Amino acid sequence: MTLTIPALRARSARRRRRRPLIVSLAVAFLVLIAVTGLLAPVLAPHSPDATSLLNSLLPPGTEGYWLGTDSTGRDVLSRIMYGARLSLLAPLGVVLLSGVLGITIGLLAARAGGWADAVISRGMDIVFAFPSLLLAMLVVAVFGPGLTAPICALAVSYTPFVGRVVRSVALQEGARPYMESYRVMGFGELWVTLRHLLPNVMPVLIAQSALAFGYALVDLASLSYLGLGVRPPDADWGSMISQARSAILQGEPWSGLLPGLVVLLTVVSVNVLGEHLGGSIGRKQSEGV
Amino acid sequence: MARMLAAWIGKRALGALLTVLAASILIYGSLRLVPGDPVLAVAGGRRLTPEQVEALRHSYGLDRGFAQGYLAWIGDALRLDLGTSLNYQTGVTSLITGRLGVSGLLILYSATLAIVFGSAVALVSAVKGGLVNRIATIAVAVTTATPSFVSAIGLLALFSVGLGWFPATGAGTGPADRLWHLTLPATAMAIVAFGVLARVGNAAFAEELGREHVEAARSRGASGAAVIRRHVVRNALAPMLTIVGLLFASLFVGTAVVETAFGLDGVGSLLVSSVSRRDFPVVQGIALIAVLLFVVVNTLVDLAMPFIDPRVTVGGLSR
Repeated sequence: MTLTIPALRARSARRRRRRPLIVSLAVAFLVLIAVTGLLAPVLAPHSPDATSLLNSLLPPGTEGYWLGTDSTGRDVLSRIMYGARLSLLAPLGVVLLSGVLGITIGLLAARAGGWADAVISRGMDIVFAFPSLLLAMLVVAVFGPGLTAPICALAVSYTPFVGRVVRSVALQEGARPYMESYRVMGFGELWVTLRHLLPNVMPVLIAQSALAFGYALVDLASLSYLGLGVRPPDADWGSMISQARSAILQGEPWSGLLPGLVVLLTVVSVNVLGEHLGGSIGRKQSEGV
Repeated sequence: MARMLAAWIGKRALGALLTVLAASILIYGSLRLVPGDPVLAVAGGRRLTPEQVEALRHSYGLDRGFAQGYLAWIGDALRLDLGTSLNYQTGVTSLITGRLGVSGLLILYSATLAIVFGSAVALVSAVKGGLVNRIATIAVAVTTATPSFVSAIGLLALFSVGLGWFPATGAGTGPADRLWHLTLPATAMAIVAFGVLARVGNAAFAEELGREHVEAARSRGASGAAVIRRHVVRNALAPMLTIVGLLFASLFVGTAVVETAFGLDGVGSLLVSSVSRRDFPVVQGIALIAVLLFVVVNTLVDLAMPFIDPRVTVGGLSR
């Protein structure tokens, strides 16, 4: 869900005075997930694709299969570890792309002003009118299933999310006396923007990107859950949950619930981190740093 | 004054119209982005005679230029004709309207759940503060991060398969049976919306509670409930309404996930099956409706703002 909530930042700023325990926990969880994904070939106890009908639908806690197995006997723990790769890399791609697009468009709108600003703002309104999941499904219909097209579509979809904030910070910052003084000193517009405006935009950008990462992760996992995202033999957490459907109806929900829990915890962690970063920026600005 | 208001409404309506226009061009143009020959891609594995290929090409306006093809498509759409489904061989409009009952009820049901529980939790946690507020904050953080497919399988596993309280699939027959069938899907869809509303509502209520006029009303001896009703809730309504407007469009698209999870025959599951079969007329039709819904609802919310909250000004003047 793409909702920008200004009140949220103000409130987080009031609430967080030091780094709370919850933020440390969130960071620890994200590092854990990233490392298990990265080192999956070393850490995973089984091959993620090794089926064994003798060992199908084992409950969690079984020796050798600590998180149980799915309906074709594949080890759930190993699949979650390998699934972390696509589940995290794909939204990372979305965030990087939308970050670059958002910076470019936001800075351009703020610095150029006039009709360029008006056109860009109207363009962002149009993109905003497409719910992100709808845009992703539309490109799947055009280009067929796979992750590349949805990654690009979601990057476009999240560009206003970044671009609007970059634009407003750039406008605020651009009006300050030091910016004018650089210009008077004869520095070029592009140099001033990149050297002095961009660093001031970065903190807001990072906070927005963390939130966008969570949204993108959910969108891409939803797409895979619907059978429109990753194609077998590749797997992410969304497709694992999709494949667990019949097992859930048989009363053996673990092979679906566990990847679901991992998705949930990852998104909670990313949101906690994003809000913490957003909150500390709000505090810094209100103190007039 | 009235003239200014009319001018402002006109400007907003024009902006909305432009957005829908641009979005519809994008939706129509997506077909032209299909790599290779769109008609062959759309036909999938089906063997087509040259006459059929030609008929398809004509029905998409591919035998004409972009502008002409678009005008023909949007002209038909304005007459509520969204073309013919490749998969079902029936009109897209009747295909969608036939399924709108289930999806519409699902959206209204989940919006009601989200609004009732979201604003209740927001108000109670803002007024009580302390431990209640902290528990609510955690609940909100978890619910906003729960994708609807995760809540769907959780609810299915617990309440349907585990406890047997609710059916796992189907939409039921008759009003009571239908509500019973839609309860779990509506809850799954409402969970994120609930979290977002509770969060925004809590922030709005907390802000209003801290204002001087609330303090002044209290010191005049007004009862706590009256102060909250008259001074806090009224003023906090505007930001919550904005969020409700945004929620409707995301709930419309959210039906895709939830209807698939619960085996419901609605617009969302139609969208999913049409995307995977590349049934373009259906995909374009549903996308057009989704964008239209989003723009109309949000424009209405924007236009209603000065009437709900007199502090919102129209063109620099308060109403």
